[in-house]
Amino acid sequence: MRRITRIATVGIASAALALSATACGGKKSSDAAASPSESGGQKSAAIAYDIGGRGDQSFNDAAYAGLKKAETELKIKGAEAEPTDGEGEADKVQRLTELARKGNNPVIGVGFAYAPAIKKVAPKFPNTTFGIIDDTSVTGPNVANMVFNEEQGSYLAGVAAAKASKTGTVGFIGGVEVPLIKKFEAGFTQGVKDTNPNAKVLSTYLTQPPNFDGFAKPDLGKAAAQGQLDAGGADVIYAAAGLAGSGAIEAASAKGKWAIGVDSDQYNQAGLAKYKDSILTSVTKDVSDSVFNLIKSVEDGKPTTGEIRYGLDKDGVGLADSNPKYKEMTDLVAAVEKAKADIIAKKITVKTAP
Amino acid sequence: MKTFDKDRLMLAIAGPLLALVSAFVLTMIVLAATGINPIEPLRIMVENGGYEDIQVLIVNQAGTYYLAALAVAIGFRMNLFNIGVDGQYRLAAMISAVVGGAIALPGPLHILLIVLVAMLTGAFWAGIAGVLKAKRGVSEVVSTIMLNAIATSLIAWLILPKNLGVQVEGSNDLTTGEIAESGWFPALSLGDSGEIYGFTFIAFALGIVYWFVLNRTRFGFDLRASGASETAAAASGVDSKKMIITAMLISGAVAGLSGMPVLLGESHTYTLVFPVGVGFTGITIALLGRNSPVGIFFAALLMAFIDKASAGLDTAGYAKEIGTIMKGLIVIAVVVSYELIRRYGIRRQQQKVGEELAAGHAMKTEKEVAA
Repeated sequence: MRRITRIATVGIASAALALSATACGGKKSSDAAASPSESGGQKSAAIAYDIGGRGDQSFNDAAYAGLKKAETELKIKGAEAEPTDGEGEADKVQRLTELARKGNNPVIGVGFAYAPAIKKVAPKFPNTTFGIIDDTSVTGPNVANMVFNEEQGSYLAGVAAAKASKTGTVGFIGGVEVPLIKKFEAGFTQGVKDTNPNAKVLSTYLTQPPNFDGFAKPDLGKAAAQGQLDAGGADVIYAAAGLAGSGAIEAASAKGKWAIGVDSDQYNQAGLAKYKDSILTSVTKDVSDSVFNLIKSVEDGKPTTGEIRYGLDKDGVGLADSNPKYKEMTDLVAAVEKAKADIIAKKITVKTAP
Repeated sequence: MKTFDKDRLMLAIAGPLLALVSAFVLTMIVLAATGINPIEPLRIMVENGGYEDIQVLIVNQAGTYYLAALAVAIGFRMNLFNIGVDGQYRLAAMISAVVGGAIALPGPLHILLIVLVAMLTGAFWAGIAGVLKAKRGVSEVVSTIMLNAIATSLIAWLILPKNLGVQVEGSNDLTTGEIAESGWFPALSLGDSGEIYGFTFIAFALGIVYWFVLNRTRFGFDLRASGASETAAAASGVDSKKMIITAMLISGAVAGLSGMPVLLGESHTYTLVFPVGVGFTGITIALLGRNSPVGIFFAALLMAFIDKASAGLDTAGYAKEIGTIMKGLIVIAVVVSYELIRRYGIRRQQQKVGEELAAGHAMKTEKEVAA
């Protein structure tokens, strides 16, 4: 008898919980703060970060820089939201819904992981522009897809690496083995081979999805780079690995070899100042401008929608030249400039998959 | 007898309660020590928990956690530490998503097939550890951890477009192809606030099955007996090797189910960003819930609450990692407080038995006098 009572308790408890979720009030998380942002009369824009959130020195920080720029130049209010580890699609849907309900416009999802969520949320808010970075699979009348030709920038890095290498062996380190990072590898390898057909490219990925540590843990990047430098005989390392790439830069610097940075101009990154002499160049990906441009278009009353491609031609991707030693290598710079012109003139087509 | 039961019930509640209270106090101390207002984040979390859309997220997440924790608890009941729930869950979700996406059947059959494939995959993966333990004496702790890593690599390979994966045009994500609508589990829609996955209710219903099998069947008795004392169980005719394998198979099958609420209710495909870490949270929940179906239910709700209510902390200017700290402290507090309560319980029991013996003796002497 006692046992049965216990079962009944469980049943009632679970039913009560489900009901309390359904019946009580109907207050939603967006209701609370809905008024302040609107009552101030100030317009606001929101970004929802990818795994890692703000402070990753790389992808998310670039998006944040765009929002910051919009705050100062366009006098708008910026809102941000970060994901939690191991969350699912439902959490992203809830996050975007909350940001949109609070009156933010545009709402930008940083990273391809937001695609399914935007597909669900965007139709519910026809007057809000939704931006997504690195994805064109989700489309809609109020969706702007901001994509980059990472392979083109990486091609230039390949040209530079092949020219700078003395051993004829260069290394590529990818953070996590996902299609996006393979674009970096494909472009880099092609650039190296086109410049020096005899050169060897060592390629390493730090982790496999769903383990995204390869974008976050510098020690992994450091170990992989040491392997390529010592055992592989590489003397230029290109790391497309977010925060983990700083470990690779450190390892290359310790051995007096070259490193090539990624996403932002890492020569100028304060956190990497100690190793900056070893950072030959960086493949830049102008996420911050893409974020800023979208916010501006909404502010101007002409929201951009559809695919917005940032390639070499629009300086959406490119190669940084802040390191004076880079500029000294005139032969290398000339080769890079030529390759850039050829890509823009479509004389060279860069592969997007290895 | 009745009073003895009441004592046990009180002790059973005291453990988790002590753990939770000390975990919350410790969290506040950590917050205060780092110069953050110790009350405000907790207040915001409670407030977040009051919103309907967050509640939907909590209930759905609790369903997933509940299944993962049941899987862990089945192992615990037999002194088997199945750390591989996470790998079993991911592999099962992936394989069942592939099968579900490739085959279209009429409604219920489609869902049934996906669920069966998930259970079989999970059972198979856990079974490897079970067989290794039974036949070769390999510690299941080691083998399941290693199988987690192998599952990660196996999935990463299987999901490549040249194998079983699909890369949607223009997407940087890899999927296993979308499951046809016949394979979507009906959900309880709550309008604007989202929907509660239908499978969540099945998850909670499985708690009753778990209770029944463990407490009302011969198998359950054998399982618990083997967990309490393997030699004693063997002496009473339980084949311990068979029990190890069976327990691991069931644990893995339930682990395989834990991906179903999300797969059948939300994503309808397995992608690179499918939730991870569910199995590890399941271990915490099984510990906190003391392997009881009721305890696990509340522990799963609590963990889901911390997850979902803390997610919004960053918009209020606090680090959402406060939730992670809280979960970590709960684990430590659980272990410590259960040990304290266990010792207290034993002392109390000894005292009681002593008193009863003394009283019995006194009664006897009285009787003798009367005679």
